[in-house]
Amino acid sequence: MAATDTGMTPPLPMARIRPGRIVTWTVLSIGGVLMITPILFMFSTSLKTAGQIYDLRLIPQNPTLANYVAVLTEGQFPRWFLNSAFVAICVTVSNVFFDSLVGYTLAKFRFRGRQFVFIAILSTLMIPTEMLVIPWYLMAADLGWLDSYWGIMFPGMMTAFGTFLMKQFFETVPDDFIEAARMDGLNEFTIWWKIAMPLVTPALSALAIFTFLGNWTAFFWPLISTTSKELYTLPVGLTSFAVEQAIQWEMIMTGAAIATIPTLLVFLALQRYIVRGVMLAGLKG
Amino acid sequence: MATFELRGLIKAYGKTRVIHGIDLLIADGEFVVFVGPSGCGKSTTLRMIAGLEEVTGGEIRIGDRVVNEVDPKERNLAMVFQNYAIYPHMSVRQNIAFGLYTSPLSKADKARKVDEAGALLGLTPLLDRRPAALSGGQRQRVAIGRAMVRDPVGFLFDEPLSNLDAQLRAQMRIEIKDLHRRLGTTIAYVTHDQVEAMTMADRIVVMKDGHILQAAPPMEIYDNPVDVFTARFIGTPSMNIVPATQSGGVVTLAEGDPNLLAGVRPHDLLVGSTIADPGLTLTGTVTAVEPLGPETLVHFDVAGRSIIATAPAHGPVTIGATVTALAPRGHVHLFDAGTEKAMGRA
Repeated sequence: MAATDTGMTPPLPMARIRPGRIVTWTVLSIGGVLMITPILFMFSTSLKTAGQIYDLRLIPQNPTLANYVAVLTEGQFPRWFLNSAFVAICVTVSNVFFDSLVGYTLAKFRFRGRQFVFIAILSTLMIPTEMLVIPWYLMAADLGWLDSYWGIMFPGMMTAFGTFLMKQFFETVPDDFIEAARMDGLNEFTIWWKIAMPLVTPALSALAIFTFLGNWTAFFWPLISTTSKELYTLPVGLTSFAVEQAIQWEMIMTGAAIATIPTLLVFLALQRYIVRGVMLAGLKG
Repeated sequence: MATFELRGLIKAYGKTRVIHGIDLLIADGEFVVFVGPSGCGKSTTLRMIAGLEEVTGGEIRIGDRVVNEVDPKERNLAMVFQNYAIYPHMSVRQNIAFGLYTSPLSKADKARKVDEAGALLGLTPLLDRRPAALSGGQRQRVAIGRAMVRDPVGFLFDEPLSNLDAQLRAQMRIEIKDLHRRLGTTIAYVTHDQVEAMTMADRIVVMKDGHILQAAPPMEIYDNPVDVFTARFIGTPSMNIVPATQSGGVVTLAEGDPNLLAGVRPHDLLVGSTIADPGLTLTGTVTAVEPLGPETLVHFDVAGRSIIATAPAHGPVTIGATVTALAPRGHVHLFDAGTEKAMGRA
């Protein structure tokens, strides 16, 4: 019998909803609400006046941009924003360069003590930051680095996590690429820069994002290492809105909202790299 | 162009020796294929010639120069890898041009050489594509293009066709051989595929366990293998080997523990033949029949040994039947059962 087309679309079968899926969606929805609510309240509060901040309505009755104008024009907020950007960008560039250079060396060169060096680097991951702050401080004080940009940046210029992440990625680069480049006459640095680095772009992106976000939001060490208001980073500067007499929640929330924008943009643009970076960092090794 | 010479070449990893002092001279413009099973040391030898592995002992000469301590780039050799090693983040043009990265040529000269190589390899319409948009054969041609654009004194190929399907492999064999004919450059080529070795080489080097067993032209190795391993490794299907005794020029199957092994190639062992005075006669029960078109391969069992013989294309051979296969005199290879070294023919 010849096939015929009646032009009628057969009814779609009813999708079977499994109980497991209901539980999953419920848990995810609750988690989503819990995470997004504070952010929504942050933006909401930033649009309220000081008298309205305890009015918990999500949409302000009389929204105003006055807080944004105040934050951006009065005080040193723009300076802190630039400080944060400068510190985060410098540390990110440094990490991308040095972590990948060391990671590549550990992944692709065979030398005596290689394993020892790798384990030594990894073992530093197990020391909590709180324990490191005192030696950092003493070192910075001895070397005159306190209350300077370098003083804020030096502990994070190269990280064990970044080195580990990059080593794992470089191990996936086939040796044939490296050897072919050697046969073509490239020196080892050029091979790393021209051949190996472009092949691990997802890892570099992930490392750059982690490092940028980590330094953009860093509070503890910048607070300890700086005393001049001109050198404050954003998270440290925002605390100055909480003075002894009163906490200016609307100003803190406005500052935080502005501070969030770059991280949100970075995350939205590069989230697939973050996910991949996290997956690989977790699965390999 | 140049000669490659290996003198007492040794490679060891720690205390484990993998190459045991091999000697070989590859003539200027010669196409030499290293062949052997996995782990025989053929790739290690090639990588030592390339400078990618350190030499533990002995000497490697390229032309008149000892290159043991010379960096890969200073040897002026080009290498094509099994996995092509063409860079995925570069276009075909950039990949080929990368072979000239350190060349002092002007930009225009480099572009001209890339265009020439592209044209020679049929890559001109693909020059602006990325490797991901190419087939396996095209990728391999890009790798060859990157190698040849440098005008090296020699090419090294490390199993370059093993990732390709059978049809493409056959095509690339012809292309590489043709390229060699046109360029006349010395080539050292590693493969575990004896068909590649037979069809491409001026000379085959058979390796096993870090030793060279035989280095000779393909038909010389096929006709006069020096030992049982070489005899069985070269030629498809493999040579049949049976314990034997010899009396008056006639070889017969032996029982027990004889001091002689007889080898006969399946194409020399004929089912249904009427040779009057055969050098070897084997009779057994057919276990499998493989019609190949022009001929049929007949597997039969002789005293517990599986033997392969050839029958005419439409011969009435059936599984379970008893067949007799004859090998003409002069086509039966004799080997010492203890050393497995060749002892001539019967």
